[in-house]
Amino acid sequence: MSSPLAIDVADLSKKYGDRMALSHANFEVPMGSICGFVGPNGSGKTTTIRMLLGLITPSTGSGHVLGESITQPEKYLPRVGAMIEGPAFYPALTGKQNLAVLAKLGGLATDSIQKLLELVDLGDRGDSKFKTYSLGMKQRLGIAAALLPNPKLLVLDEPTNGLDPAGIHEIRTLLRKLADSGTTVFVSSHLLSEIEMISDYLVMLRQGKVIFSGKTIDLLAAQKPVIIAKPENSKDLKKLFEIANNLGKKAEIKDDIVEVIGDSDFSAKLNKSAFEAGITLTSLTPIRPTLEDTFFEMTGD
Amino acid sequence: MINVIRAELTKLRRPSLSISTVVAVTFVTGLVTSLLFLLVDSPEGNGERGTRISREVLELSSGISISFKNSAGLLGIVALCIFAAQTAQEYTYGTLRNLLVRQPSRMKILVGKLIAMKMFAVVMVSISALLALSLSYIFAGVMDVSTAAWSTPDARSAVLRGFVNVLIATIGFGIFGMILGLLFRSPITAISIGVIWNLIIEGLLSVFISNLSKYFPGQLLSVVADGGTEKISYKYALLTSYSFLLAGLLIVAVLFKKRDVAN
Repeated sequence: MSSPLAIDVADLSKKYGDRMALSHANFEVPMGSICGFVGPNGSGKTTTIRMLLGLITPSTGSGHVLGESITQPEKYLPRVGAMIEGPAFYPALTGKQNLAVLAKLGGLATDSIQKLLELVDLGDRGDSKFKTYSLGMKQRLGIAAALLPNPKLLVLDEPTNGLDPAGIHEIRTLLRKLADSGTTVFVSSHLLSEIEMISDYLVMLRQGKVIFSGKTIDLLAAQKPVIIAKPENSKDLKKLFEIANNLGKKAEIKDDIVEVIGDSDFSAKLNKSAFEAGITLTSLTPIRPTLEDTFFEMTGD
Repeated sequence: MINVIRAELTKLRRPSLSISTVVAVTFVTGLVTSLLFLLVDSPEGNGERGTRISREVLELSSGISISFKNSAGLLGIVALCIFAAQTAQEYTYGTLRNLLVRQPSRMKILVGKLIAMKMFAVVMVSISALLALSLSYIFAGVMDVSTAAWSTPDARSAVLRGFVNVLIATIGFGIFGMILGLLFRSPITAISIGVIWNLIIEGLLSVFISNLSKYFPGQLLSVVADGGTEKISYKYALLTSYSFLLAGLLIVAVLFKKRDVAN
């Protein structure tokens, strides 16, 4: 039996005039996962998120969030927390007051506000006006607002924008913790390294089209690992290239290294053959392609 | 609905808005009341658009509520600005998307907002009424205007009627502001158009084309605040102005419900 889905969309499209912002998207996000939603700027990420949250109407197609149709957002939004396209709050209100507005609006208890502010490291700045916050603080307040309803599904659009490395690390830890407690996290970002570190699941967009949706591990495993071999003398580059070829591996000379397509198990064999041929290797590094490498390979960008 | 009203009141209670509103209401009411009494003997007039309100009229039982009623037009402009800004700023700040995620029923947001702003208008008009009555007594003493008739049951009834009419007019101006706010989605544009329309366009056109004021919402709301005039009856002004506002509100409500929130 397949796991229940937090999000599933079928043939979802959005057209603005002649421009297709999202074209016939199909993807699923399993419950309890952290799903990275990646793609370059303008690829349709925010448009998709807005449709999932009932803010814009799809041109065609359908979608479900927490088992309810996206045409009836009132049925699922009370269980959804979201931060869309950056934090938007009232500048003249304090952080606490801004959260109180949203809590009251959703009929939620306001007594969890201080706890949430502390969770995002704003415990001592809750009484400061929003307009005095730095970009990172605004972002944290946005995340606190998204957590207000104790959501089953958390939708975050570029949550690490403006955060310093420590802040990014904290958010990553927080998202992992939320996922471990059963919250599904749907997080969009163009920082592929960040997404690679936290997401179990991936939806990749390019020019309004879904180019991959599935487990992150499956995507990365499908990519060919490479071994970077560097001989002590550059005159041995060609010889090393031929050894790799004779062992049945595709290789390429790049500057002062030979890049061989093969997994880490092949490293020992290559090292031994190079040694027997009188070649000393100064380094031999098996490398698994990153999400960024994979993305660029898939998109051809 | 109650949740939306509570959330809106949190925003409306912010010191920057409440203090500036009290200052504006005090200024408007103080200015109108002081001019009404201090220029009572001036041949240039002491009422709206140079009209003359004599000492004898001020001494009538209805005299106590004249300054308050005369403040209605400017109070309306204050309400128009507040309602327009409170509505349009949700677009410019981008906060509308947060509101709609927490309360997906757009009609509840709209109606809740309107009710909360009406409550704000009640407070605003009450402050103006208290101030106008207090200042009327003070300036009456300064200008030797007799206040003997101001404590009669007729005077109390005139004050009550005046309060209700000014409130209806002020809320009407506010609704006009809200319509513009939803239509233009920018506080500056909505306020500019609202103020220019009410203070300049309606005024000028009514001067040059007689009878046109019978069809202008701003002019009609001023008539409502006055409790009717010789030319336009109270009932006509109330029904016509609110019919316009209701039609406008229905149009923007449909737009608000259907329009994508894409900013």
